[in-house]
Amino acid sequence: MVDLGKYTATVIGAYGVTIALLVILIWVSVARGRRMAARLQAQERRSQRNG
Amino acid sequence: MSIWEYANPKRFMQVSAAVLPWLSALALVTLVTGLVWGFFFTPDDFRMGATVKIIYIHVPAATMATGAWFMMLVASLVWLIRRHHVSALAAKAGAPVGMTMTLIGLFTGAVWGQPMWGTWWAWEPRLTSFLILFLFYLGYMALWEAVEDPDTAADLTSVLCIVGSVFAVLSRYAVLFWNRGLHQGASLSMDAEEHVSDIYAWPLWVSIIGFALLFVCLVLLRTRTEIRARRLRALQARERAA
Repeated sequence: MVDLGKYTATVIGAYGVTIALLVILIWVSVARGRRMAARLQAQERRSQRNG
Repeated sequence: MSIWEYANPKRFMQVSAAVLPWLSALALVTLVTGLVWGFFFTPDDFRMGATVKIIYIHVPAATMATGAWFMMLVASLVWLIRRHHVSALAAKAGAPVGMTMTLIGLFTGAVWGQPMWGTWWAWEPRLTSFLILFLFYLGYMALWEAVEDPDTAADLTSVLCIVGSVFAVLSRYAVLFWNRGLHQGASLSMDAEEHVSDIYAWPLWVSIIGFALLFVCLVLLRTRTEIRARRLRALQARERAA
């Protein structure tokens, strides 16, 4: 492990929050994308059935 | 073949579906390489100590914060001039990504500033214009949600994007306009007398490319979602009308 000395909390905190924000952003984007694809597919099936 | 071909939602969906998996893998590899290289394999700076490692997240995030706004500006102008829906939706898709990058830039800047400057925050040109840019991102996203008609929302947010571009430019070049404040000059300037040493610059460039690729992937992914949402609304409206 890298020795960050007296700046350990500063550097780890900055990296931790950055990675957490990026993971949340990716997660939310992928989850919303999948949800929307499923809803659209269901709607298209319904529209086809109803002519 | 013309670039306007991709303004067709169907064509955009086809191309983005083919490109996205490869681009995502490349973004992941580049981002991890840049961050691991910078964090584990670069020495401490003689003035900043180990805090120099924050440069590998702060500079790429800040670069993408302004870069995202410029991408939104171009997409908004395309919408206003040529009325291509995909460009309006791409601008909308870029906002949450740019907002997150701005938030990362502000947070890592504050965390880095405290031990280096002795303060978390200072009302100086670059920091203040960056905070205003963050508020513009929030306002832009709120405006999209507040207006019911999508075309009207696209028009209004495009105008807001043009106005906000002033602060995007200021947040990037404020240190050159006003030679005062705590923030240093451009880290990767080619002509600067004092610039980042190569040992830090190479992993920094890899991180910047990684952040940029991640941004492109997320914008493509989110634009696909917006196109689907638009089609869903159209089908639901047709069903209600029938």
